[in-house]
Parts: sequence; C-alpha cells; structure tokens
Amino acid sequence: MKKEFKVISELILQNSKVLDVGCGDGELMKFLKDNKTSKIRGLEISKNRVQNCLSKGLTVVEGNAENDLQQFPNNSFDFVILSQTLQAFLDPEKVISELLRVGKKAIVTIPNFGYWKVRLNLLIKGTMPVTENLPNEWYNTPNLHMCTLRDFFNFCSKREIKIFKSLALKNDKTLNLSAKNLAWRNLESQLGIFLIEK
Amino acid sequence: MNKLKQVKNIIITKPQKLDCGKEIYNFPISYETYGTLNEKKDNAILVFHALTGDQFAAGKNPITNKDGWWSYALGSGKAIDTEQFFVICANVIGGCMGSYGPSTINEETGKPIGTNFPVITINDMVNAQYNLLEHFKIDKLFAVIGGSMGGMQVLQFVSNFPDKAHIAIPIACTSSHSAQNIAFNELGRQAILADTNWKNGLYEQNKTSPDKGLAVARMAAHITYLSKKGLQEKFGRKLQERDDLKFSFDADFQIESYLRYQGSVFVDRFDANSYLYITRAMDYFDLSKQFNGNLSAAFSKTTSKFFVISFTSDWLYPTAENREIVIALNAIGTDVGFVEIESDKGHDSFLLDVPDFLDTLGNYLKTNYKTVNEKRI
Repeated sequence: MKKEFKVISELILQNSKVLDVGCGDGELMKFLKDNKTSKIRGLEISKNRVQNCLSKGLTVVEGNAENDLQQFPNNSFDFVILSQTLQAFLDPEKVISELLRVGKKAIVTIPNFGYWKVRLNLLIKGTMPVTENLPNEWYNTPNLHMCTLRDFFNFCSKREIKIFKSLALKNDKTLNLSAKNLAWRNLESQLGIFLIEK
Repeated sequence: MNKLKQVKNIIITKPQKLDCGKEIYNFPISYETYGTLNEKKDNAILVFHALTGDQFAAGKNPITNKDGWWSYALGSGKAIDTEQFFVICANVIGGCMGSYGPSTINEETGKPIGTNFPVITINDMVNAQYNLLEHFKIDKLFAVIGGSMGGMQVLQFVSNFPDKAHIAIPIACTSSHSAQNIAFNELGRQAILADTNWKNGLYEQNKTSPDKGLAVARMAAHITYLSKKGLQEKFGRKLQERDDLKFSFDADFQIESYLRYQGSVFVDRFDANSYLYITRAMDYFDLSKQFNGNLSAAFSKTTSKFFVISFTSDWLYPTAENREIVIALNAIGTDVGFVEIESDKGHDSFLLDVPDFLDTLGNYLKTNYKTVNEKRI
C-alpha cells in the first residue's frame, strides 16, 4: 500500500465514521475496513472503479465530489478523506467547505507544486513541469488548480480553517510539517497531508 | 388454465387489509423456488418480478415453455447463484400466473373475478408475499432484489419490514411513479379499454378476448423498455422481408414487425385485466407520500444494507430517480452503494446480458453473504 495511505490511516481513530472521497479502487477503504473501522463509505466518479469497490463489498456511491457531497448531512462523518484530487476540481474552495460540512474533520493530501524538481523544471526548461507525481502535459492535465504546501497553509489561514495536524512526504519518508519549517518542507517534499477542521 | 393448477401456491387464510380498504382472505399466492434453503435458513433471497413477470424467474417457465424472465441473472453459477442461495419468487397479487388476481375463478359463480377484483397497490403485493417468509419459516432473508416494479417492491418491503432482509437491491426503479410513467401506463390501459372485446372486463364470460388492445399496450410499453440508440442499432430503417416500401400499412419496417410480434406473443401469456390492475398499482406507488413527503422516513427503521443500480440508457426509470433513493438513504446515514451501469439496452438492461451489471451484482452478493455470516459467528 502507498505510504500516503498508511499515514492517512494512522490519523483515523478506531471505529470512527469515514468517507473516502474519490476512493478509486477502494485500496485505502479496504485497509481501513480491515484495520480501523467498519463504518466506511466511498464516493467515486469512475463507474468501473465503483463496480470494483462494490464487488469487494465496499459501500461506494458513484458520484462527483463537486455535486454529490451535498446529499450527506452536516457532520455525518468523523473523517472525510480527499487524497490528491483537490487540484482537479473546478472549485476547490467549495469542495473543501463541503468536506468540512460533511465531516467533523477532513484529511486532505496535496501534491506539492513547490517541490524543488517542479520549480527547477519550470526555471531551467521554461516549460510546465512534468514529473513522476504530475505526469501530464499542460494541455491534457486534469489538474486545474495546482498549489504548493505554502499555498494551502495560506488558504487555511485565510478561510479560518484549523490545521489540526500536518505532515509531509519526502520520498516516502514522513516528516513533520509546520509553519516553522514550511519554507524547507515546501521545497523538499512531494506531498502534504493535512488534517483540518472548521 | 389447467396447467396453472400445477403451479406451487400457498393459501393465505388470515385476512389482509388492502390499501383500498377492502379485506381479502383465503387467497392464493403462487411461487417458485430455486436452490436449496440451508439449515441455518440464512441463504434465502426473495426476488420480486416486474410488471409482466411471474414466479418463473429462471429455468423453463412450464406455462409458456420459454426461459424464465431472469435467466441471465439467476441460476446455477449465475449472479444470483442458486448453488449458494435459495431463491423465492412469487407471482404478485393482481397477476395471472396463479396468484389471487382478476383471472382467479370466483368459486360461487365459476367465472373469473374480472373487474370485481379490488384495486391493489405495491404495498398490498408486498404484504401478501411476506407470508412466504412464514411459510418457509425464514426469520430473516439474506436479500430482497428486484428490477423496475420489482425494485419498487424491494423499497416497500424494507420499509414495511425493516429488519427482515440483510441486503436490499432495488434496480432500475423509482420511489414514486412519475407523470411520464403514469402517462405510458394510461396509454396501455386505454388501448385495452378501447378494445370492444374487453367487455368491461368480463371477456371470459363473453368468450372474447381484448387481444388487440393488450397487444397495443404491450407494443407501446415495449418501446419504453428500449433505448433510441438500441433500437436504431438493431433495426434502423431496415425493411421487413422486402426490397422496397410497399406503399401500404403493412409492416414495411423491421421495427414494426418486431413490435407486432412482441404484442402478439404477449397476449398468449398475459391477462388484460391483470395488465390494468398491475399498471394501476405502479401508478399509485409513491413511497415518500406514504411518509408525508419525506422519503428518508420510509427507511428510518431499516437495518438493511442497500445497493441501488441504474442504467445509463434507461429513460423510463432514469438514473436521477434512482439517485433520489440513494440521496434519501444517505441523508439518514444508511449503508447504501450506488452505481449507474453503462448499457445501450435501455430499461430492459436488468433483464439482459449486461456483463458489468451481472458481475457486479454477483460479486456484491457473494462478498456480502460472507460478511453477514462472519458477523454472526
């Protein structure tokens, strides 16, 4: 399993109610179901992936986070997970506010556009960065709203969203992340993991 | 008719109060079963049929000699695997395959009840079938499954009997019949009523049969079960055994011939009065109205886990209407999965060979049967 998923699952309390938004093939859901909680739901946009999840006995609803989160009542989950998809939404701000309405807490992970290779790519080549984590060209990327770890910090403070816990992944190594070490972490890590609440 | 005497049935002796206010008792429910009920009686699935279905969901229908209506999904090694599950399917009341309906013979007169049969509802159908659980001494079903009107029965069943099924799978259905649904049903009914052979429903007594009306009803309904794309691909403007248009009202086009055929074979197996009664029951179906406009309240007591399925090309019970069920369930935190299956086969997709649908349904049942059993141990 991806290191990112391990880190996410460590943030989740036993027997809590969890919604995995964009749950894919249900890898994380399955792990959480086996190890943390049976009260886990998924939302996924791809039909095939929804079918795979349902076949595995995972409760998943086909839908899109931008429209279909609204069917869930306020605070109906303890944790809502959004893994590496925030940048792909038309309106990330709305999605975040929906995550925090539906969930008491949200775990959001962000591919870091401030990672040094990305910066160097743009600086040296003068073209939009293409890396392992961001493999698409500018004209076919699903990522509409890339941001850096610092951008997300700033966003949270502007919107008065509390960052309960934040971590960074550097080559699958977990590092603590805070306002103090942000400058450096924003340069060296590929991924940020944020546990946030309103 | 004689053949019908051989179908399995139970006689419900205790009175059942119908939604129309009348009470019925000593009436038959005919059913068929597939597979074997295990000792723990935990592997039973109740399958509900659609408008023109019957209890013969799989295998050969002994009355029509055709394959059962859900042969693609139900049987040994199929999605609803009869090697693993014990499947019960009953003919709805109002039907014409042995259950209490307008073609049931009135003992006193020796003639069919006809339009003296009370107007029934989906609720009445489900309450009547519930007796089968007592008959088989099944405390809790593993699953209730049905498509179209069968799906409506699934919803009504879990609402009426919230702790009697672990899994509920309503397929290609709605929680409330739309104006368009009612309109198409009314078209069918008017076709029957307009047939002079209908004789106010007393056609048996008059030794006539409203075949023309019933066939037209079936033709109109059949169009609603298919998609435009499906029709276009299968028939297009292809001509029926001719090289050119005949400038007449014969069936020039294959689609015309196909619909006429569908109409003509339907009248051999279905009763016109049953068609009136069952379409009426569907039109009256409005689960949220039963709960003062709050669909979620219909499921507030249920312990069942839901799996709602719709199809992309189904315009009769479109995805949006199936989604309303999902939304109502999510609003109260019920365990509900949902997928819209890609298919060009229209509303009929649930009856046909649609591998994505059959695989997902089969896997879902197998995985959940395992989980439900593990929990109990």
